[in-house]
Amino acid sequence: MRYSSFSFFIGVTLTTGFVLVALLAPFIAPYSPYEQDFYNGLAGPGALHLLGQDSLGRDILSRIIYGARVSLLVGFVTVFISATVGVALGAVAGYFGGRIDEVIMRISDIFLSFPGILLAIAVMAVRGPGLENVIVALSIMGWTGYARLARGQALSLREREFVLAAEALGAGPLRIIFLHLLPNIAAPLIVEVTFGVASAIVGEAGLSFLGLGAQPPTASWGSMLSEGRSFLLIAPHLTTFPGIAIMLVVMGINFLGDSLRTALDPKSKKVIRAV
Amino acid sequence: MKTFLIRRILALVPVVFGVVTLVFFIIHATPGDPVEIMLGETASPADRDTLRKELGLDRPLVVQYITFIGAVATGDLGKSLFTNKGVAESIAERYPATVQLALCSMALAIIIAIPLGVLAAARKNSAIDTGAMAVSLLGVSMPSFWIGPLLILVFSINLGWFPVAGRGGIESLVLPSITLGTAMAAILSRLTRSTMIEALDEDYIVTARAKGASSMTILFRHALSNAILPVVTVAGLQMGALLAGAIITETIFAWPGIGRLTLQAITARDYPLAQGCVLTISLSYVFVNLAVDIVYALVDPRIRYK
Repeated sequence: MRYSSFSFFIGVTLTTGFVLVALLAPFIAPYSPYEQDFYNGLAGPGALHLLGQDSLGRDILSRIIYGARVSLLVGFVTVFISATVGVALGAVAGYFGGRIDEVIMRISDIFLSFPGILLAIAVMAVRGPGLENVIVALSIMGWTGYARLARGQALSLREREFVLAAEALGAGPLRIIFLHLLPNIAAPLIVEVTFGVASAIVGEAGLSFLGLGAQPPTASWGSMLSEGRSFLLIAPHLTTFPGIAIMLVVMGINFLGDSLRTALDPKSKKVIRAV
Repeated sequence: MKTFLIRRILALVPVVFGVVTLVFFIIHATPGDPVEIMLGETASPADRDTLRKELGLDRPLVVQYITFIGAVATGDLGKSLFTNKGVAESIAERYPATVQLALCSMALAIIIAIPLGVLAAARKNSAIDTGAMAVSLLGVSMPSFWIGPLLILVFSINLGWFPVAGRGGIESLVLPSITLGTAMAAILSRLTRSTMIEALDEDYIVTARAKGASSMTILFRHALSNAILPVVTVAGLQMGALLAGAIITETIFAWPGIGRLTLQAITARDYPLAQGCVLTISLSYVFVNLAVDIVYALVDPRIRYK
């Protein structure tokens, strides 16, 4: 099986699977993610609790199922915000050029000078822990990539005949940006957005792992991993299963992004045809 | 080359200035009064005022900012609110541990990534290629905060091969380096594969093949030597990311580096220390990028004339 078909198959299966799990969580979770059973705290996997129980006796499988909601919600909302802001600023910078471009790109350079996780941690320190703040922190961290992409595309497109024709017909800058430039950015943007969701999911889990993200009793994969670390010696299942969930969802989205890149990139198509 | 260097360094000035400004305002926007944190809630207002004055926190924010810029320019990062130790001194103590960890992770990533990428490119679209790329995607998908505890569980707790945490001999470096370097190895192997595929498509490869060069000579002498440049560039750029990524790895392994110090300073609301740490990591990132650009321009003359 060729890598692109293999990655598309795995990507679609895993991503759709996790989206369904998140949507159907109340129907498929065997227990409430908050239901405690102190007598069986840290119990290992068994018939009643397939993936075992955490220190408060909560069912790990149910918490992983509900955790999918947190991860995917943060992933999609973060990407929506950062892509909207980034693409708008990048398209404006690329289309208008000159001073506007300089200012937007210098601001983006400053943000790019902060390694992602560091900026997110600093923002979380300012705004305090919580999911809304995770989304804000990750969006502040993520917009620059989209801005660079949109700017690059807008720069190359603004001198093209269809843009010049629209200008000659009296179309205003907003109309040109929204109706002529953005639809042409769609292909690379879809790929970038897909990878963005995966990084936002890892970002949320990382911040929750450090105690800066989702707060108890919210079921979040990152905070589950963080709790599991304290019981690594006596209850390794607390660490193993949430980690597998993160890995599978991120892998699924990455596989999907990879196959979309191959499908939408004319250069890679050429390579495949040449074989 | 001289013009390129001047242009590149001048472009850095507003970025460095912006980084310093952003760090100052982010840290100062953090809720919580450092004076209250230091003295406790029961301190008298007079004591609080005295300490606030001593720390210069009674002055307007703009004045504090100007003082901060002046101090940073002279290398004075202030003192920790809790240990009273110089921030620069604390950072100097911890920084080498982070650099050591980042360098080992990078070395490990390169050792794994380049052969894997070359192999995948040489056997493009075969089962080996699919397998190698699937493994590398798996590497990107495994977060460090999961790999770390798993490695501790298997190699420290169950097998007892490596220490659970701390910085000691070479054996203490193994697990943190694997944790930090896995994602990097995955990224670099994918990049090596794609640059190798492009290189193998070039005319000089056809020429080498026509002249009867062996497969190994073509792969390593002709293709890899041309394909390696972007890989080395990205590896260099990722060095900065590793310095920041070390925050999580250092927390897992109680590694006494600047990443763990940053997190401790931020959670303790130790403003000067947090400010100094964030600034050091960000500026390291900026200067590593500059160094990579310069090295790249030195080896590839086309860059200088762009």
